[in-house]
Amino acid sequence: MNKDDNDILFNILNEEISEDSIHNIRKNGETVSRHDSDEISIVSKKAKQGIEIYVKSSVKNQVVQVPVLLTTEGFTDVVYNDYNVSDNAEVTIVAGCAIHNDCEITSMHSGVHAFNIGKNAKVKYVEKHYGCGQIDSNRIINTDTIINLGKGSSLVIETVQISGVDKSTRNTIAVLEDESTLEITEKLMTASNDNVLSSYKINLNGINTKANLISRSIAKNNSCQEFVSELIGNNKSFGHIECDAIIMDNAKVSSTPKIIANSVDAELTHEAAIGKISGEQLLKLETLGLTKEEAEAEIIKGFMK
Amino acid sequence: MLELKNINYKVDNKYILKDINLEIKDHEFVLITGPNGSGKSTLVKIIMGLIKPTSGSIVINGYDITDKSVYERAKMGITFTFQTPVVFKGLTVRDLLCISRDYYYDDYIGRELLRKVGLCAQEYLDREVNNSLSGGELKRIELACALGKQGNYILFDEPEAGIDLWSFEDLTNIFKSMKKSKKSGMLVISHQERLFNLADRIVIIENGTIKEIGSKNKISKYLKNIKCEKCMRDCNE
Repeated sequence: MNKDDNDILFNILNEEISEDSIHNIRKNGETVSRHDSDEISIVSKKAKQGIEIYVKSSVKNQVVQVPVLLTTEGFTDVVYNDYNVSDNAEVTIVAGCAIHNDCEITSMHSGVHAFNIGKNAKVKYVEKHYGCGQIDSNRIINTDTIINLGKGSSLVIETVQISGVDKSTRNTIAVLEDESTLEITEKLMTASNDNVLSSYKINLNGINTKANLISRSIAKNNSCQEFVSELIGNNKSFGHIECDAIIMDNAKVSSTPKIIANSVDAELTHEAAIGKISGEQLLKLETLGLTKEEAEAEIIKGFMK
Repeated sequence: MLELKNINYKVDNKYILKDINLEIKDHEFVLITGPNGSGKSTLVKIIMGLIKPTSGSIVINGYDITDKSVYERAKMGITFTFQTPVVFKGLTVRDLLCISRDYYYDDYIGRELLRKVGLCAQEYLDREVNNSLSGGELKRIELACALGKQGNYILFDEPEAGIDLWSFEDLTNIFKSMKKSKKSGMLVISHQERLFNLADRIVIIENGTIKEIGSKNKISKYLKNIKCEKCMRDCNE
């Protein structure tokens, strides 16, 4: 890890990783730094690339950082990470992937994540994707996420993909057992010819389960975004999908929220809105002394906050 | 001084405003009233630059600003409050106050501004300025932004709209205090008698033209005559 690596990682972590924090840094397909503890262990997988993280019940308010960095031009990395959180544990996992690629050969990271969350555990998962380099259309980040939420547990996911990732396919499947809660906030910004597909399938299997899926996105230039979500109420449950997108220039955005109730006690709602920045919003900020460009930047910053 | 010289505004060859001439002196409180659809809001929007007049000019201290953009007018010290406040997804009350203060902002300033409009800062600074706020709350935030921005001339488009009767005295006090501070000239569209009492001059606009300008007493007589004429007309019909 050199200074450039740390600078790139800073974009997804917002802080530097200290040696004694619980972490695993993967760079160009290899673990380059790891520190774990008795309560939170990080073990390399044997048959596949990736790690298994075990969080014991005694863990309260601890943070694990597991970023991935790709700096070798044209590198393809596939990683399988399992997060096993024991009953009653409380932990925050900070993950994400940063790609730096200046050559025309594509660099690609595919992350396959499995969350096994024990009874009454509380987990927050923060994931950022970031790309940088001189040439467009050569940085790909894909994720496949499978979530199993135990009875009474909760998982809060915040995912952010703001810039530099040219192509991305993100699939998430979740299964919720009794009394469990899932909250997902996704923020996406695409530009130039970026292409993103984000899909969710959330199965509210248990009684009194709750899911809230919020997607906010901005599509600029010629970029394309597709948001597909499916919320299935198989029991007494509550679920809500909200998809808001700001579309600019020649971009294209598609949103398909789907709700399926297989139980009379399932309460499911969805709302989706796609539109350009309203002229009224721009004018309001202009009356406060901003130029049109500054107003646009403030609206976008607020929307993605 | 803010001067409106021969302002005309036509849509589909129909006059919305016709030959408007008006001066607002520094620190003067001018109130505009008149029937719905008479062109009052259009006039203040023309001053702010939200609408371009068909002809005529707007002059500040001898400087013609007719072709200036909204942003340029804001920078020159014209402030505008919308009759129906604009909502945003993501921008918080703090964000708007900060922008209104040209980014010279801290939460002490934000708390003071919100206190003046009767809102508890702790409850509101982090709130998004979206449809989860009531009309009255949005209106107060709109006023707080205007107070934050200040400016040489502040244009209020029906500030009382959406404010409940119980809070109306607070609103009146805000205008009293602004008038007393003598920091800005104010042009206020209103139908509220309590604000009539504060105004230095009242302007009546009807069918896109200025029908009368004067003190509250002069205007009261005019309004009374209109009512009588209307009664007579209604009776005859």
